[in-house]
Amino acid sequence: MSEPSLAIRNFSDLANPTRFLALVAVLWPWLAGLTLCLFAAGLYLSFTTEGDYQQGETVRIMYVHVPAAWLSMMCYTVMALSALGTLVWRHPLADVSAKAAAPIGAGFTFLALVTGSLWGKPMWGTWWVWDARLTSVFVLFLMYLGLIALNRAMDDPARAAKVSAVLILVGFVNIPIIKFSVEWWNTLHQPASVVRMGGPTIDPEFLHPLLIMAVAFTLLFFTLHILAMRNEILRRRIAVLRRHAARAAGRKKGAA
Amino acid sequence: MSHTFYVAVSYIAAFAVSFGLVAWVWLDHRARQRELAQLEAAGIRRRSDRSEAAQ
Amino acid sequence: MIALLARDLKLSVRAGGGALIGVLFFMTVVAVIPFGVGPDLNLLSRIGPAILWIGALLASLLGLDRLFQAEREDGSLDLLLMQETPLVLTVFVKCVAHWIATGLPLVIASPLLGLFMNMDEVAIGATALTLLAGTPAITFIGAAGAGIAVALPRGGLLVSILVLPLAIPVLIFGVSAVYAAIEDPAPFLPPFLILIALNLFFAVIGPLAAAAALRLSSD
Repeated sequence: MSEPSLAIRNFSDLANPTRFLALVAVLWPWLAGLTLCLFAAGLYLSFTTEGDYQQGETVRIMYVHVPAAWLSMMCYTVMALSALGTLVWRHPLADVSAKAAAPIGAGFTFLALVTGSLWGKPMWGTWWVWDARLTSVFVLFLMYLGLIALNRAMDDPARAAKVSAVLILVGFVNIPIIKFSVEWWNTLHQPASVVRMGGPTIDPEFLHPLLIMAVAFTLLFFTLHILAMRNEILRRRIAVLRRHAARAAGRKKGAA
Repeated sequence: MSHTFYVAVSYIAAFAVSFGLVAWVWLDHRARQRELAQLEAAGIRRRSDRSEAAQ
Repeated sequence: MIALLARDLKLSVRAGGGALIGVLFFMTVVAVIPFGVGPDLNLLSRIGPAILWIGALLASLLGLDRLFQAEREDGSLDLLLMQETPLVLTVFVKCVAHWIATGLPLVIASPLLGLFMNMDEVAIGATALTLLAGTPAITFIGAAGAGIAVALPRGGLLVSILVLPLAIPVLIFGVSAVYAAIEDPAPFLPPFLILIALNLFFAVIGPLAAAAALRLSSD
């Protein structure tokens, strides 16, 4: 066998897990370093900029809340693309990607909910309102947890991946409907009493730290994602090795 | 309670969640590496590794 | 297809089929609510439609895990997978049969429970009508969950967890249509039509997803 080339020429080259692992090994320190630098810059900016005259200091919560909320949606999109990859192209890494993304997505969604409610308490005077946005993010959180539960309930990773890919796609089709219906539901019952999230018009003062933090969080997500994918690949390898070892041991005993 | 409190708590939460995810990934990796090392010590290798060793 | 429909119906009506269990569960849930919120008739009549809807939602989720489980256990699922008619159609027919066996009794039982809840005639009629339009959607989207969980040893609880978030739009529009019918200014038709649209939409993606999941979990 010739030496496998580690150069990634196109997307299907990523299908070889060994190549993917090699790429991750090269890539992840850079990604992690970049993430740390951006976080340093973003945190510095978000604590040195002026507070909003209306919202005061609490506007700083926005710099973690908005990126977390944005990631919670982007992560689901990544999972839906991976699900398509599993079902349509049968890309061997797609199911690994979907499985690795689920806990990370759940984490960021949880963060978005927690910071949102910490922002809501001083601004709206309550920890939780059944606002359209909050409710749909909460439903998203429930769906992440359901997906994790489904993945954990099945022993065979290949079958679990396919079946949860179906669920991810059904959920992805449903998310716009849920969002739209929740908005309709909310406007029917409590019109305009809720303070809008985009209260202050964003000016560059807030926009710069927000953007940097958003990019930093996104990079953090991708770093965690590829590392979690690496763990998942290793986990599957170990399972395969164990099975081979058990089979070999059984054969030996049978021969003896 | 002052607004600073809420800001601090939300940043702490953000840090805790990010750190938790990082720790999860890292510890998971450590555990997997250890399992691989154990299997390696027991003489169980991947087929591709074995063929390279045989050459 | 007709034969399959008749067979499924017969199976579910027979003892142990669970068709009547759903209605019984529905009645029990609704009957338990007054013990929780107190016997205040005004309050009950105000939240009655919502209670009926939630009870119907839970009751139609109850039997869903049996939708494909029994077929899997006795091996007839493989026959359904192998036959020439498209699997999506088979799943659709099975959903219809399941709805006739468990969803329709809920709709029929709802006026009676509406009386218990001190709801007036318009509210009772509207609730029954929206349940008639909404419960098929729950069955269809639940079929997707049942297809996903068919390979699991204890899928029943998981089906409910997976399906409930997806069923939220149905609940929202069902309940808001009922309230629109009771309270004058809001028009009844828009939420009701959206409910029917959701129904048709789920009738497409539910069987599609269930068929895909069944195929994937069989091989």
